[in-house]
Amino acid sequence: MNYIPNILFAVALIIGIGYFAKNVKKLIRNIKLGHDVDVSDNISQRWKNMAMIALGQSKMVKRPIAGFLHIIVYVGFIIINIEVLEIIIDGLAGTHRIFSSIGPLYGVLIGAFEVLALLVFVSVIVFWIRRNIVKIKRFWAKEMTSWPKNDANYILYIEMVLMLLFLVMNATDLQFQAMNNGNVISQFIAPLFSGLSENAIHIVERTAWWLHILGILGFLNYLYFSKHLHILLAFPNTYYGKVKPKGELDNLESVTNEVKMMMDPNIDPFAAQPESTEAPAKFGASDVQDLNWVQLLNAYTCTECGRCTSECPANQTGKKLSPRKIMMDTRDRLEEVGKNIDANNGTFKEDGKQLLDNYITREELWACTTCNACVEACPVSIDPLSIIMEMRRYLVMEQSAAPMELNTMMTNVENNGAPWPYNQMDRLNWKNEA
Amino acid sequence: MSNTLKVPTMAEYMAEGKQPEVLFWVGCMGSFDDRAKKVTKAFVKLLHKSNVNFAVLGTEESCTGDPAKRAGNEFLFQMQAVTNIEVLNAYEIKKIVTACPHCFNTLKNEYPGLGGNYEVMHHTQFLKSLLDEGRLTIEGGQFKGKRITFHDPCYLGRGNDIYEAPRELIRKLDAELVEMKSCKSRGLCCGAGGAQMFKDAEPGTKEVNVARTEQAIDVKPEIIAAGCPFCNTMMTDGVKAKDKESEIAVMDIAELIANAQDL
Repeated sequence: MNYIPNILFAVALIIGIGYFAKNVKKLIRNIKLGHDVDVSDNISQRWKNMAMIALGQSKMVKRPIAGFLHIIVYVGFIIINIEVLEIIIDGLAGTHRIFSSIGPLYGVLIGAFEVLALLVFVSVIVFWIRRNIVKIKRFWAKEMTSWPKNDANYILYIEMVLMLLFLVMNATDLQFQAMNNGNVISQFIAPLFSGLSENAIHIVERTAWWLHILGILGFLNYLYFSKHLHILLAFPNTYYGKVKPKGELDNLESVTNEVKMMMDPNIDPFAAQPESTEAPAKFGASDVQDLNWVQLLNAYTCTECGRCTSECPANQTGKKLSPRKIMMDTRDRLEEVGKNIDANNGTFKEDGKQLLDNYITREELWACTTCNACVEACPVSIDPLSIIMEMRRYLVMEQSAAPMELNTMMTNVENNGAPWPYNQMDRLNWKNEA
Repeated sequence: MSNTLKVPTMAEYMAEGKQPEVLFWVGCMGSFDDRAKKVTKAFVKLLHKSNVNFAVLGTEESCTGDPAKRAGNEFLFQMQAVTNIEVLNAYEIKKIVTACPHCFNTLKNEYPGLGGNYEVMHHTQFLKSLLDEGRLTIEGGQFKGKRITFHDPCYLGRGNDIYEAPRELIRKLDAELVEMKSCKSRGLCCGAGGAQMFKDAEPGTKEVNVARTEQAIDVKPEIIAAGCPFCNTMMTDGVKAKDKESEIAVMDIAELIANAQDL
């Protein structure tokens, strides 16, 4: 009979981790729907970026208040998770606070966890106030309604509850309180339960302990359905993020091949094309499968903080473009494609929808000034601009659907070598003008 | 001084069997736009003053392809790039300076992949190097003590992490450099990039250049310094839209340095 809690715990652990693993597999499959891109360059710079930007939170602190609070929550969550290791061992082995055998150091550790738990709790409340009372503008943009809005608050509630459960669990652990070593915060919560019988206090302690670990497992599984995935994906995303100058846009290789053929006088234009079974490459992107896998990883990494959108000149001046929405749309469409694949035994069945028009409108795409403010602002190296550019390429090269004025500009470049209808032969006239 | 500037072309250098120290890539704005042409001339005067052997491509120069690329027409961009690279490589160009951050970014970052490898400098970087080498002296002149704010061009600043060269030049004028609310890596765009210069903006509540000009006006400058012909146009229009033409001038850094010395 005594083994029942251990067995229940093992089952909960297996289900919790198993279901998460299943969703991680799905996540990886979805990301791999994007086409390949070479990320084997600049390895040391990539590790440095990950260390600085993800681990070191260097971009978060560009906005000091949010950055400082975020570091507390981030450090808190990482360090308090050491406690989860003890909980797992206790749960499986039926022990109680197995690490306490290490002596006085245990009190130091738990004391640190308790202080951090309180700091995290307070920070999360400040986050909630910023979002719901102060109503900071970037949290109330058009794309931040329904699920995105609720998701953000659910995360904050879960974090509050988890921290409270941790402190209550310690406060009602009579043995731990009797040790009086490390109960720096929980000793002030303990008196709240002093009216209860020893047995009742024990039940509270067990309940808090179980809810805490089940809550953590639940939260782990919530990640896949939430913007909160960034706590894991920020690391690979900063590693695979852009290492070239921000101003540099990739040169499309498929175009290079065609241009070289056109310019090469030795190529016989009437020669038979080599037989190819592959469909000719599509220029640009109209759907998520046309993007590369780093761009899709970007989409899953986005935690919808909106720093990109708040820095965007188009968005600031009332245009429809919001770089955050570009990322959210990409992720939502990718999820839709993934579900479609699941429902059709592993192959995508045409659903008459695509990222362009059904999610991202042309008006949004044409409002971008390619200023890179969004790329600079992102605390986890997401590049919304690269997606906007791929979609513009599709519009122009596959559909000839550029705004009329841009077609005029391009005709001028083509005919006169300048975006205006000036003659190339007049390019040096300025030197003779007064 | 005569009205005609001495501006040798690569073809002329080639005919004499010589190589210039640097190629000045004038760009479409610098060649054709009335406002930008003044910047081109100011920069040429500074090159002469510093005894720099430079040349231009003249009628052999063509659009880098930047606006086509940013508009999504990779095909046209690469056609332009490959054609320009053929010309540049035929002249064995090693070093290029340009007063346009868009040309600068494209030549520096996007041409190497297509066979065009050059040392490319923005004119503010180049002027800074002339200053460091003692070939150029900068005096405050009429700009001494003036309040000047620098508008970071996106393709110079964020695009290529160059924030200090233009600022150091302004400081050398003994001017009071004041920073706008959004500056350096967080500088607000003028609204012209990404081929926006050539089309009307999408519906919104305000024009981007007006928003940026308002940020500039907030710090009460006498001069808004620019380092890009597109920004120059946008900020000039912004100042006009806010009826501040009589109080605030928009000038390129090359013009500031040249005018300070009455060149």
